[in-house]
Amino acid sequence: MRLQHKNHIRPCAQDYVFYSVNTLLIVLFTLIIAYPLLFVIFASFDGGAGTLSVNIWPSKWSDAGYRAVFEYGPVWIGYRNSLLYTVVGALFGLIFCVCAAYPLAQPNLDGRNLFMGLFVFTMYFGGGLIPTYLTIRSYGLLDNPLAVLVPASVSVYNMIIMRTYFSTQIPRELREAAQLDGCAEMRYLVRIVLPLSVPILAVVGLYYAVGVWNSYFDAMVYLSSRNKMPLTVFLREILILNDSADMTSSMDVESMITMQERQRVMKYSLIVVSSVPMFILYPFVQKYFVQGIMIGSVKG
Amino acid sequence: MTGKVLTEKRKPLFRRVWQNRALYLMLMIPLTVLILFRYVPMYGIQIAFKDYMPSDRISESPWVGLRFISRFISNYKFLTIMKNTLVLGAYGIATFPCALLLALSVHYLTSSVFRKLVQTISYLPHFITTVVMCSIILQMFDARTGLFNAIMQLFGVPARNYMGIESAFKHIYVWTNVWQGVGYSSIIYIASLRGVSSELHEAALIDGATLVQRIRHVDIPSLLPTVCVLLIMSCGSLLSVGYEKVYLLQNSMNLNASEVINTYVYKQGLTSTLPQYSSATAIGLFVAIVNLILLATVNGVTGRLSGSSLW
Repeated sequence: MRLQHKNHIRPCAQDYVFYSVNTLLIVLFTLIIAYPLLFVIFASFDGGAGTLSVNIWPSKWSDAGYRAVFEYGPVWIGYRNSLLYTVVGALFGLIFCVCAAYPLAQPNLDGRNLFMGLFVFTMYFGGGLIPTYLTIRSYGLLDNPLAVLVPASVSVYNMIIMRTYFSTQIPRELREAAQLDGCAEMRYLVRIVLPLSVPILAVVGLYYAVGVWNSYFDAMVYLSSRNKMPLTVFLREILILNDSADMTSSMDVESMITMQERQRVMKYSLIVVSSVPMFILYPFVQKYFVQGIMIGSVKG
Repeated sequence: MTGKVLTEKRKPLFRRVWQNRALYLMLMIPLTVLILFRYVPMYGIQIAFKDYMPSDRISESPWVGLRFISRFISNYKFLTIMKNTLVLGAYGIATFPCALLLALSVHYLTSSVFRKLVQTISYLPHFITTVVMCSIILQMFDARTGLFNAIMQLFGVPARNYMGIESAFKHIYVWTNVWQGVGYSSIIYIASLRGVSSELHEAALIDGATLVQRIRHVDIPSLLPTVCVLLIMSCGSLLSVGYEKVYLLQNSMNLNASEVINTYVYKQGLTSTLPQYSSATAIGLFVAIVNLILLATVNGVTGRLSGSSLW
């Protein structure tokens, strides 16, 4: 449309039809995406009896669901662990990526293609679930959070994104100039390259953070003590396996139906509570998405 | 600059390596992690061809050749599991035009404020944890209180427990994936659309092309390489259907339609009372090899046809 104004070529009638139909469809699409989300949020405040209805406005407002969630200890243990794992996992991931991507971005490093091949091969082939489990068991890492965090730091995809950024966005003359001035490699990396790479560090850090925050499978396989479990494992127990008897046991006077109703509202509250950190983080990093994905799509 | 590279090449190898020792030392950190957690497990793949007992050492177990792979293929469940995996995988891949259409729609919105809003909302579901996403799905399709049943009731369809219906599983799985991922997958197309050269559009405009014609003859051809690469990549994981989500949506009623290779491997290998490590590894290896072959084939074919390939 910008073009049309510039060139003073009037769009034809067909184009107006296209624009209107398009806008209509997009409004419909946005509704389809947003409606279930709003439904969840409103349902978490619902104090009435749950009935089949498309009306999302609660008949009676209540914070009982949230109170039940806040009183349930494991949720907070999981919350603490997940926040901790997310920060440490993103840090591990960034260290992995920078330490691999920076040397591999140097065009005259001997053995560069061999090392790159070693990394890329793991994108297409791996040991599989059981051999990996046996290996981690043989390292004595069972029930150790490192068993979840260290393997999660290996993301060749993220590494390639970062390598592409280093080799396309950081001018090579900079390194030569720094070397002439007697700047050692490490110092150059820490003082010059990394400060210039904040956008890509943010994108890759976000990818890792989202990955760790969302993962439950590895934790379920490798961890066994309850006080080391991330939030997702508790969420699975409560939300999927319906294992929330002890959360609602204090309401034993009430009939089964009310209890089920409480459980339902409590589930919605838990969904909201557990999604808050990502949705807080989201607006800050959204602007980097397109950039990160574009760099990733450039063949390295 | 070329002169500098040439003089460097004339130096002996060990001098060059010594000069770059800081870089090599750095590289050692990720390389160690990679070897310990990616390459060492590959050594364990041999238990697929051995009768491995959890108490044994891998090297001491007796070789049994292809026994476990052939046992899996002749298993009465094999066909069902294979069918489910292929159906979910292929159905999922077949929904790729959704992201493309969304990208085109968003790109041609006239109001930039509205465009930002649509993008923000459509990326949002991507950030929902799988566990929470599955819980939302279970709640939405609940027979008594679910939103989906409420909507269907408006059209006069009686409420049903959709999670218990075998034939509904693939639709629920695939279309909730689309709901969650379509916005995020469209980012790459939106970015590519911005990169389409404006000269082409101007030329088409002067020739009197309508918008739809420009989309058809300018935008879509310039997006094709991206589409190809993404399709090739998704074919490489056809058999590794997102088991985290499938596993969470499984219940005893839909198991016939929802058991896929990866969930089967997990159950056989780690949750059954008698863990069958060898058998589970054999199946895992089977999947990995089929995926590799698929990737190479599709890559070769699209490379021949359109010139876009991964390698």
